[in-house]
Amino acid sequence: MTPRANPVSITLSGCRKTFPDGTRALEPLDLEIVSGETLVLLGPSGCGKTTTLRMIAGLEQPDAGGKVLFDSADVTALPIERRNVGMVFQSYALFPNMSVAENIGYGLRIRRRPKAGIASRVREMLALMRIERLADRRIDQLSGGQRQRVALARALAVEPRVLLLDEPLTALDAKLREELRLEIDELLRGLGITTIYVTHDQAEAMALGDRIVVMSEGRVAQVGTPREIYQHPASAFVAEFIGTMNVLRGNVRDGAFVTGAGAIPWPEAPADAAEVRFRPEDVRLAGETPHLSGKIVASVFRGDRTRLLVDVGGEKPLVLETGTRSDFARGNAVGLCVDASGLIVLPEAK
Amino acid sequence: MIRRGSLFFVQLAFALVVCAFLIVPVLLSILAGLTVNYQVGISSGLTLRWVLEVWNGYRDTMLLSVGLALACLVVTLLLGVPAAYVLARRQSRLTRFFEELLVMPVAIPGLATALALIVTYGSVGGLRTSWVFILIGHVLFTLPFMVRSVLAVMLAIDLKTLEEGAASLGASFRRRFFDIVLPNCRSGIVAGSLMVLTLSIGEFNMTWLLHTPLNKTLPVGLADAYASLRFEIGSAYTLVFFIMIVPLLLAMQRAARPRPVKSSIIKDEE
Repeated sequence: MTPRANPVSITLSGCRKTFPDGTRALEPLDLEIVSGETLVLLGPSGCGKTTTLRMIAGLEQPDAGGKVLFDSADVTALPIERRNVGMVFQSYALFPNMSVAENIGYGLRIRRRPKAGIASRVREMLALMRIERLADRRIDQLSGGQRQRVALARALAVEPRVLLLDEPLTALDAKLREELRLEIDELLRGLGITTIYVTHDQAEAMALGDRIVVMSEGRVAQVGTPREIYQHPASAFVAEFIGTMNVLRGNVRDGAFVTGAGAIPWPEAPADAAEVRFRPEDVRLAGETPHLSGKIVASVFRGDRTRLLVDVGGEKPLVLETGTRSDFARGNAVGLCVDASGLIVLPEAK
Repeated sequence: MIRRGSLFFVQLAFALVVCAFLIVPVLLSILAGLTVNYQVGISSGLTLRWVLEVWNGYRDTMLLSVGLALACLVVTLLLGVPAAYVLARRQSRLTRFFEELLVMPVAIPGLATALALIVTYGSVGGLRTSWVFILIGHVLFTLPFMVRSVLAVMLAIDLKTLEEGAASLGASFRRRFFDIVLPNCRSGIVAGSLMVLTLSIGEFNMTWLLHTPLNKTLPVGLADAYASLRFEIGSAYTLVFFIMIVPLLLAMQRAARPRPVKSSIIKDEE
């Protein structure tokens, strides 16, 4: 299929949402979505990500003063049926009274396209999602993954200006989720359509997003590329929410970060750092001259690697991964080395 | 060979006894309507005389009953389906209160409702002598069944999300209602219609008070026949009643079966 020549850009300005019962779902939100990018809204349930998506879709209205722009056109007052968006719902919302082909063609039927045009477009979408042989099936005869594909095909059939996906993979099992994630990624790259993707799964967000908006309690916690967010989290919330993060308390002395369990050499340490964070991949078991010493409290065998939890006297044990085939017994004393370039000091930890 | 334990036979016997309990009186009644002389018994011979007598004497009553039931169905569809939709889409304390309120006409004895109707509308123009007066009573009585039956289906499917899905594809409220809401509530609408038709045709309590000599329905006529005519005529009446209502029920059951999906729009074009 041919991607649209000019994908739309979306601007939210001052979009606040208070529900009738008085709960505040969203604090005033300003967000720019660049044309053609895939933006992932990521956060735990109740963080406002779905409300944001529904506001862009036109299913929710922002409180007075909030504005939603598609390119430079104010669409705040337009209901969803006049915004020309494509939406995939968590429960798919496929119509049980229609076949797969009729579901995919429904949006075009609404647009009063000629019959032949609808049929050829439906065929094109079936081929794109590789579900040609399902055309005549009823919805209740489809598996979860197949429903997902039909929902995507239906949303894309009308050539929407923006594609909105609300936790589209949540209802699927882990293996299928992985498979469809790759497929969706490939599809979005090919289409070049502006896409907003809501999820609570950080692995999904990392894999799909050009940029990620991490949200918490109705506010934006951080906006950035997956790499920025992973390597330079702006707050403890983001650091804990994305991936696994180790925390050590201590202080900086003589070009090293000193803790109760040892010292990590760190020439360019900021003098006021009282807490450092680092990812499991920045710490490894050391033989000769360990920075830190501790005791193994748990080891989880994962086939290709082993995850170790090592107590070094901090609040929580450190997490690291090792590829060694040898056994790690609980209580064994081990030495650890930490790569100083992976150390993160959050502004709030100074 | 399927080996069946003694439990199977106990269950079978139980089922047969229950069936007999339900069906035997009906069969005896039908038989009585076909017997020349009920007192003498089947040995007096079989005849269609009583059936013809009923048909000739009560034709208008039956036609009125059917017409009334159909009119009642139309009104309850027009009022009940939108009402159920509103109740389903606006789930709040108020709508739940209304749902509870809907049971009232069913819980209150028909006679009481009929009296209330006479007190309220009895003196309005020619309404008291019109068949419309009975229709009002029937609608009052059957509407809750329609609403509840449709509402149950609407609450079972995720109507809100289905509608949002249709809206996201550009469908206006009108299109959503006719393309998505109604077809997906079909089973509830059919079940409700079945209920309304049979309840209206069989309704006696309320109708007995509301009817006039010129506007009699089947059950009222049946009571008349039993009270004032030969027992055989009353039984023949029952038989005619069955002949009318059974095909109706069968047709509705048929309509309630899930439809196979229509041929694909792709094939249409080829």
